[in-house]
Amino acid sequence: MILVLEDWCKGCEICVKRCPLNALELSDKLNKRGVYPPKLKAENECNSCKLCELICPDFAVTVTLDEEKKSKEPKSRLIIGGIVNEV
Amino acid sequence: MTAMIDAERLRKKYLRDGMLPTIFCNGCGHGAAFDYAFRAFEELGLDMDKVALASGIGCSSRIPGYINADGLHTAHGRALAFATGIKAANPDLTIVVFTGDGDCTGIGGNHFIHAARRNIDMTVILLNNFIYGMTGGQLAPTAPIGSISTTSPYGNIEQAFNICELAKALGAAYVARWPIFHPYQPIKSIKEGIQNKGFSLIELLSPCPTAYGRRNKLGEIDSLWKWYEDNTILIEDYEKAMDYGTEEEKEAVRGKFQVGVFQNVQKPGFFEEYDKLVQRIIAKEDERKGGAE
Ligand SMILES: Cc1ncc(C[n+]2csc(CCOP(=O)(O)OP(=O)(O)O)c2C)c(N)n1
Ligand code: SF4
Ligand code: SF4
Ligand code: SF4
Repeated sequence: MILVLEDWCKGCEICVKRCPLNALELSDKLNKRGVYPPKLKAENECNSCKLCELICPDFAVTVTLDEEKKSKEPKSRLIIGGIVNEV
Repeated sequence: MTAMIDAERLRKKYLRDGMLPTIFCNGCGHGAAFDYAFRAFEELGLDMDKVALASGIGCSSRIPGYINADGLHTAHGRALAFATGIKAANPDLTIVVFTGDGDCTGIGGNHFIHAARRNIDMTVILLNNFIYGMTGGQLAPTAPIGSISTTSPYGNIEQAFNICELAKALGAAYVARWPIFHPYQPIKSIKEGIQNKGFSLIELLSPCPTAYGRRNKLGEIDSLWKWYEDNTILIEDYEKAMDYGTEEEKEAVRGKFQVGVFQNVQKPGFFEEYDKLVQRIIAKEDERKGGAE
């Protein structure tokens, strides 16, 4: 997930233009500065690489690992005596 | 690992309360520099009570004001002189300097030369934007030939400083240059610079859209950042092209800014040598006194 501190964003669009997976777009809500902070696209391939968080010159972006995606991660399977244990 | 550091926690820990957003213009690269520094501090597990910051004057020199640590915001060009003083008074402190190309190599050029030559244990993060940003865009000694500035309206005719080459020649222990848009390399270099016991210089090429990009017709923020991408080359690739490339390949890389780690040597810093000197003199004195009794 991408969290944006909207009022810290100056609207440079560096995060939007440099996301390697083109996962960000400008939101349609103006912030206090009169710019449109970024948000994740409804359909996106964001893999939480954190580039946007790292290069935003204004500390406005936080990338958190997606809970939903996390739970979808395959669990490793331990097979003991023919019984499948998910760990 | 860097990628897993939580930005929220980083902001809470290292940013001074209530100081953000920064005064920097939209699209200025300077802000990323201290984000990278925080990540390097975090990875090193530095105790911020044992860190002292210093800076001179300029947009870049405003950075310590945003960081939750003790720091000196000093006179223009004098950051390294003050930093040397802090280190002399308390050698246990880790000294990190934030400075600009104008601050450090223009008015502060002589301090820079001597701090590097003496190999004083400090880490200098120099934000090079080729211009005096804060005062509206006068020509800096780092500006490439042809640069338009308020004091070179017809194009710069002066040869630019190659700060890293200079530092290397002066025997600085750690010397690196990176463009600001690649996060991991600067973070690693800041870390290595702090770990190195001598003078460490990390030059970060930081776009200034307001005073340099606009005037030099390098376009909007994105194209200015891209200009840096197109005009930088890894030192290893540069050397390869120069050694084995065709004439065209050589020509293509010749004008580019080389980036990478240029020097990383371990040698005693000034204060280590100073300590040894003091010990030697004390031992001699003791011997003399012992002999007289
Ligand atoms: C003794 C003195 N001379 C001149 C100035 C005016 N001055 C303030 S900032 C600056 C240039 C800063 O340029 P740089 O270090 O490149 O920082 P930037 O603003 O580009 O980040 C100058 C000339 C000053 N403050 N003090
Ligand atoms: S990089 Fe930061 S300041 Fe620039 S648009 Fe993105 S969130 Fe806003
Ligand atoms: S974390 Fe990476 S992929 Fe996701 S939005 Fe940011 S830059 Fe794009
Ligand atoms: S004038 Fe240039 S260096 Fe100063 S804050 Fe603006 S963009 Fe950054």
